[in-house]
Amino acid sequence: MSQLLAVVIDGIVYASWLFIIAVGLTLIYGVMKILNIAHGSLYALGAFTAVSFCTAWFAHGYAAAGSFAMLAAAAIVVGLVFGPLIERGLLRFMYGKDEVVLVLVTYALFLILEDVIKLVWGVDPLLVQGPNGETPYSILGNFEASGLSYPYYNLVLVGVAVATGAALTWVLTRTRSGKLLIAVIHDREMSAAMGIDVGRTYFVTFTAGAMLAAVGGALTAPTVSVVTGMGAEVIVMAFAVVVIGGLGSLPGAALGAFIVGMVRAASIHYKPELELFSVYLVMAVVLIVRPKGLFSGAEVRKI
Amino acid sequence: MKLDRTTIAIGVITVGLLAASPLLPKWAMSLLNVSLCYGTVVLGMMLLMRTGLVSFGHGLYYCLGAYAAGTVDQMLKLPDMALMVAAGAAATGIVAAILGLLLARYRDIFFAMLSLAFSMILYGLLVKSSALGSTDGFNISAKTLFGVALVDDARRYAGFGITVVLTTLSAFALNLYLRSHRGRLAEAIRDNELRVEYMGASVRATIHLHYVISAVLAGIGGALMAINIGHIDPEMTYWPQSGEFVFIAILSGTGNVFAPLGGALVFETIRSFAYEYSPNTWQMVLGITMLVVMIFLPGGLWSLLQRRKPA
Repeated sequence: MSQLLAVVIDGIVYASWLFIIAVGLTLIYGVMKILNIAHGSLYALGAFTAVSFCTAWFAHGYAAAGSFAMLAAAAIVVGLVFGPLIERGLLRFMYGKDEVVLVLVTYALFLILEDVIKLVWGVDPLLVQGPNGETPYSILGNFEASGLSYPYYNLVLVGVAVATGAALTWVLTRTRSGKLLIAVIHDREMSAAMGIDVGRTYFVTFTAGAMLAAVGGALTAPTVSVVTGMGAEVIVMAFAVVVIGGLGSLPGAALGAFIVGMVRAASIHYKPELELFSVYLVMAVVLIVRPKGLFSGAEVRKI
Repeated sequence: MKLDRTTIAIGVITVGLLAASPLLPKWAMSLLNVSLCYGTVVLGMMLLMRTGLVSFGHGLYYCLGAYAAGTVDQMLKLPDMALMVAAGAAATGIVAAILGLLLARYRDIFFAMLSLAFSMILYGLLVKSSALGSTDGFNISAKTLFGVALVDDARRYAGFGITVVLTTLSAFALNLYLRSHRGRLAEAIRDNELRVEYMGASVRATIHLHYVISAVLAGIGGALMAINIGHIDPEMTYWPQSGEFVFIAILSGTGNVFAPLGGALVFETIRSFAYEYSPNTWQMVLGITMLVVMIFLPGGLWSLLQRRKPA
């Protein structure tokens, strides 16, 4: 029983983390039809920037609690710098090309950004850590559940995931710009004809998506040692999440994250050697049974 | 059968490479070796691309071929190069025939994603199977060729010889196939599936066949790589490896069977030099090359050669 509870708690925490990363990916795909492999690099950039910001913060001897502000700042800076740079500098010239070609463009971008990271931060593993070993992770302390100890930091992850999901749902369904966005998703040309600034919509969407990737990276940074190549690991997992849920679907990303989180937590507790295998098996099975993912609606027919 | 220029060129290059092999310095031989192994895999990618499909998981067959060869070598204690390659080809052919039943129904990004999922399943299995060395993989001995024991340099030359012969044979066979009735369907399927069906050809059977052919080529490439490098690990089926194959295929273009082989050589050369002179920016060099090729040469490097001919 307690093991089951542990699986559920781990699964929810892991799902929250996955959701934060995958939601940006699904947002960008939904609006722009770009399956962005460079999302993994943006995630890594978020993590590395968070390390630098926190290190600087601790070096000034400020209160450790402020390192949370540094995590947020890192995500915002990465999103605002790299989002516009990539969208305006490269992707803008690629719209209208085949989806597969767009995947390859972002793959090239991924390769470039991986080396940008190596050039700026070097190849050694980095840690978010204060002079006395304090991290945003450790200063919050732990709580007990059914005899096991969990860091409160995990609750931050869950909170951020829920807040992100709620905020995006609210924007998409309750605001004017959200409705315009949905119009662009359904028919880009028609929306343009109706006077919606499609270019601006793409620009904002990509920047927001990039920022979400960076949020994921920044929140991960305190919990792991930040190494090059972390983006490559995460991006396939995020693919699994969005493909399971249905590419471009917001509830799909949530469901996909939940499924992958639970499957992985369960396999880690019961059969650790099947950890990665089980995640991709679920991905393959979903693709076989419902190729467009669990949350795909009927395709809008275009003549 | 009339001999076309490609067939003649393949013959000349095979003989040339084999004749030159005693003179080749060590670095050139290993560069050629790796390029030819990659080239064999990309030959298969090219066939799929002609059919309009991009697989983001061909590392699956590359790795499977290598591990099949490794199993024959280490577990069955039959370290014969020819047997190892045969095992690689057979294993990938069987797996691809089964998975192809599913994949032949998929197109575009869904084909890419499902093949990615399959390759990551193998990755997930291999990194956790301690009998196969987990993330470290294991070493390959490949001590004999057709029963003849090989020592030191003889092993290197034999590895090179079998790589040259099998790669050029693959190119020769693929070139023949592409000129055959069914082979010509590939581009027709890419352009308009519906018309192909109306003409009475089965799109699904053709895609399935092409998938199996490309998988077997990847398996042969993987087995040859295992023999030449002498070591295999699960990274061979990790997604950046599959990405590399897609990269070379894009770089080469699909115009001719020489495109993948030449593209692989260009790729390996860029990579070796970039890696040698600036180990922290070689991926950036590759990424920029890829963007430049996609923007300015959508037909790949091969289209540079084609333009010179009068249309």
